[in-house]
Amino acid sequence: MSSVIDWESTSNPVKENRAGNIGKAVDRYEGPLKVTGTAPYAYEVEPPSPPAYGVMVSAPIARGRITAVDTAAAEAAPGVMLVWTYMNAPAQGPRPERYDFFTPSPRPALESDRVYYFGQQVAVVVADTLENAQAAATLVKLSYQDDAAKAVTFHDHFDEGVQPPGESDVEIGDFEKAFAAAPVTVDDVWRTPLQNHCQMEPCATTAWWDGDQLTVHTSVQMVRFAQNSLAETLMLPHKSVRLLTRYVGGGFGGKGSFYEDLVLASLAARELGRPVKVAFTRQQMMHGTVHRPATDVRVRLGATPDGRLTAMSLMTTTHCDRRGNFTEHASNFARSLYAAPNRLTGHRLVRLDLPVASAMRAPGEASGTLSLEVAMDELAEKLGIDPVELRILNEPESDPETGKPFSIRQLVRCMREGAQLFGWDRRLPTPGQVRDGRWLVGMGMAAAIRGNFLLPAKASFTVDADGVITVKQGMTDIGTGTYTVLAQIAAETLGVPLGDVRVEIGDSELPPAPGSGGQFGAATAGSAALDAGMNLRKAIAEIAVNDPASPLSGGDAAQVTFQDGVIAIANRSERLSELIRRNRPDGLTADGEVRPAADASKWSSHTYGAHYVEVGVDTITGEVRTRRMLGVFAAGRILNWKTARSQLTGGMIWGVASALTEGNAVDPRYGSLINQDLASYLVPVQADIGELDAIMLDEVDDKANPMGIKGVGELGISGAGAAVANAIYNACGVRVRDYPITPDKLLAALTAI
Amino acid sequence: MRAFTYERAADAQAAVKAAAETPNAKFIAGGTNLLDLMKLEIEHPAHLIDVARLPLAAIEETPEGGLRIGAMATNSHVAADARVRARYPVLTQAIVAGGSGQLRNKATTGGNLLQRTRCAYFYDTTKPCNKRAPGSGCGALEGLNRNSAIFGASHACIATHPSDMAVALVALDATVETLSPSGAARSFPLMELHRLPGETPDIETHLVPGELITAVVLPPAPEGGQMYRKVRDRASYAAGLASVAVAGGRIALGAVAHKPWRAADAEAALASGASADEAIGRELEGAGENGRNGFKINLVRRLVPAALAEAREQGRGA
Repeated sequence: MSSVIDWESTSNPVKENRAGNIGKAVDRYEGPLKVTGTAPYAYEVEPPSPPAYGVMVSAPIARGRITAVDTAAAEAAPGVMLVWTYMNAPAQGPRPERYDFFTPSPRPALESDRVYYFGQQVAVVVADTLENAQAAATLVKLSYQDDAAKAVTFHDHFDEGVQPPGESDVEIGDFEKAFAAAPVTVDDVWRTPLQNHCQMEPCATTAWWDGDQLTVHTSVQMVRFAQNSLAETLMLPHKSVRLLTRYVGGGFGGKGSFYEDLVLASLAARELGRPVKVAFTRQQMMHGTVHRPATDVRVRLGATPDGRLTAMSLMTTTHCDRRGNFTEHASNFARSLYAAPNRLTGHRLVRLDLPVASAMRAPGEASGTLSLEVAMDELAEKLGIDPVELRILNEPESDPETGKPFSIRQLVRCMREGAQLFGWDRRLPTPGQVRDGRWLVGMGMAAAIRGNFLLPAKASFTVDADGVITVKQGMTDIGTGTYTVLAQIAAETLGVPLGDVRVEIGDSELPPAPGSGGQFGAATAGSAALDAGMNLRKAIAEIAVNDPASPLSGGDAAQVTFQDGVIAIANRSERLSELIRRNRPDGLTADGEVRPAADASKWSSHTYGAHYVEVGVDTITGEVRTRRMLGVFAAGRILNWKTARSQLTGGMIWGVASALTEGNAVDPRYGSLINQDLASYLVPVQADIGELDAIMLDEVDDKANPMGIKGVGELGISGAGAAVANAIYNACGVRVRDYPITPDKLLAALTAI
Repeated sequence: MRAFTYERAADAQAAVKAAAETPNAKFIAGGTNLLDLMKLEIEHPAHLIDVARLPLAAIEETPEGGLRIGAMATNSHVAADARVRARYPVLTQAIVAGGSGQLRNKATTGGNLLQRTRCAYFYDTTKPCNKRAPGSGCGALEGLNRNSAIFGASHACIATHPSDMAVALVALDATVETLSPSGAARSFPLMELHRLPGETPDIETHLVPGELITAVVLPPAPEGGQMYRKVRDRASYAAGLASVAVAGGRIALGAVAHKPWRAADAEAALASGASADEAIGRELEGAGENGRNGFKINLVRRLVPAALAEAREQGRGA
């Protein structure tokens, strides 16, 4: 197994970047297909024969039992081929007691008469047309026993919060004592609501069988996990399932697992002997998939009058569903962010009769920074110290909890460069000083942090007789740019033009990669791709020096260079395609892989950033509009300036949403989310976002992986909402600690001023 | 969605005749609201009569110096009309504050008036709603009713009317022209089109079943400034938390009642010399809150004087 030292000391084509493909603002590989509507998403894939259409029926109660089933009318409706409830659904693999993210296991659909959450799928109707299936679905009559759900005013059940399984609070020093003794303190609670991923593409599947072999096109983030879990659900060998997910219209964590569309389409296609399509509706997505759970984060900071943190604590209470084990770790990021000798962090988990909680973009950081990064603003004000300077004063030299050295940490540089570019020096520390007509204008900032990860992955590269390189990997592109960065790595590694690279991903028959999530995708998939590319280079070089017909014959394989589709040793050269045509007319393939380095855990490895925001607060109405937003980020070597920037600005916009508009209100009488569509679940529209820019510092993290890159998918949202909240305070002097900061909440305080 | 039959009406008379003769028929024009409601199982018409292509899309001058806006004129078309922009800027402002560009391109003048509430309990068929399922109760009354009515609500329904355009039209004192199922034309003040919920929130207008709106007529533009202000959680494509249309001495409020709310008490107070603050205070004496919507009273109290001041400013500039 490699070590971090190997990564640091070994050069490679990505590091050398001779052709300049790495970092360039390359357009999306699949962009033309997407913008012309010709990239087939899962539901649009043409199956080999005409499909049937499944429509799911969802439970209208939050907890209870199905007491009677009447499907006669639905079965008799035009075009109906099949109606399934728990009474007649096929046998499936048993549900494990608890799920975890990375272990495949059965996920049976329609498994029993029990209802565990509002919106749980309880029936499916399959018909010859979508319209017939929809109409018949309205005729399925289910009766329920409603077991008055413990649903579900989260705050009414706070006392029931327990330590999440296998976890304990982390304390360094003596927090309570230090906090009690601190001359300057902040002690407040911040609340964040349930949030939903709202991917543009709802979960959907097209499935068909060929004998005992199942092919499914679906929309998931993790190919191998979904393939194996589906096979186990269907009680089949893994290899009997081929799962494809070539285009994914957003995942954000919500497609880390999969849902009943995949299972029911597969089962119904087998039953009917014809392809079946099943999709979630937008409304079903809200309850029937997963959401980011609500959090209450109590932050306590103690500091000396000169601004040194002496005590810091984040205690999060959050919730998950009855059968789940997901914890929104909103306190964890704080463990690496600021120096403070006395520290206490932990979580409490309440199990409620709500839909399934799971990961959503930057789980932990997205919620947690909305508290700590505002608490730091409050502390800065109490101390009379600029918020940037307060953070710099508490910059740790090594990881404040573990003592590990940082692989690289440029948070201070992010903050300083951001402050300068944004014009932070023009901010007036006293709120309410800047007026623009009916608007009060203010600036705020916050720090960003998100962990860095590397998981095992494989890849293969093939060169064909035309000199075209094909990258193959069971990886996904959930809108992030995976296709494009893999093409860039291939072009740079094999010295071919970008146009001579093909990328095949999203297929379980390709070399496995963990998929997209946790902002580990590019580093993990890319490092395996680089290894495959290096191996292909070696194989090509060996063939060249051993081919008497090659001008490179008899040379030193280690000296072969790859550039512009030409291989060369000094001034002896030939086209790559010619060599392959002569020696491997059917193409030449090399495999590659990456594993975390044996000693990687010796370093504290994160991505960092700083957000600067200017907002206007309408003094009459309490409306808040962002005017300017700048993020400065340090996330290792950037593979593609354009796709990385898009991910970062997308995260920043999501941060605006989490501060101002976003949240699923729960009606506790029904255990149900009240806003169920994109007209009522408010994510920002273009008009909500003024000037917006993200800047990426030059950085290489050679301890992160062989390419020195890190992820950016989750960094952008971390801290962004806190900067908005701080800007609101600077504008009008009001702190709202119950997100989102909507006009009704601000108005109450503005009226009092 | 359930199966339904469909016809395209040849002319307005044929449309109302078909509506009178076909059980459970509905007109469809832009379909921007009705199709959603059908997909969500909130409306289930057995028959749709498509009136979108009827020759009722013109915007023309009236002999009185106003404008007649055909019921099939799209929201985008009306908002962009040079005469509307010059003489009735409050109407353009209100229309472009509603929906999204895509919706406004499809939505018609008549359809906009007849769009249904955005109340979340109306939209969710698993919840009680007297408007959707008469007699089932009101889920919003004890629920998440932040955006419910503060004027004219009943214990049966606290929903609001979602139109922005209609608020401006009420402030402009517009008239509605219709064709009855009998084939007879009639016209009446737009203010009288919508009803308060009372015991029958499922009945939203004073139109008789099968009656077709053919036009909205604007009287000559009033003296004084015009202004539409909409308060919302995000900058576009969001239902109003409250809105106000000012046209000369007339004031209408949006998102606060089951209908566009003419602030007659405030108008009267203003006419008799009261300050803007006093005038809206007078109007709000009739307001009531339901749980979470109390902020709207405060919001309207702040919003209306500001809009009146802006309108007055504009009136001076004109």
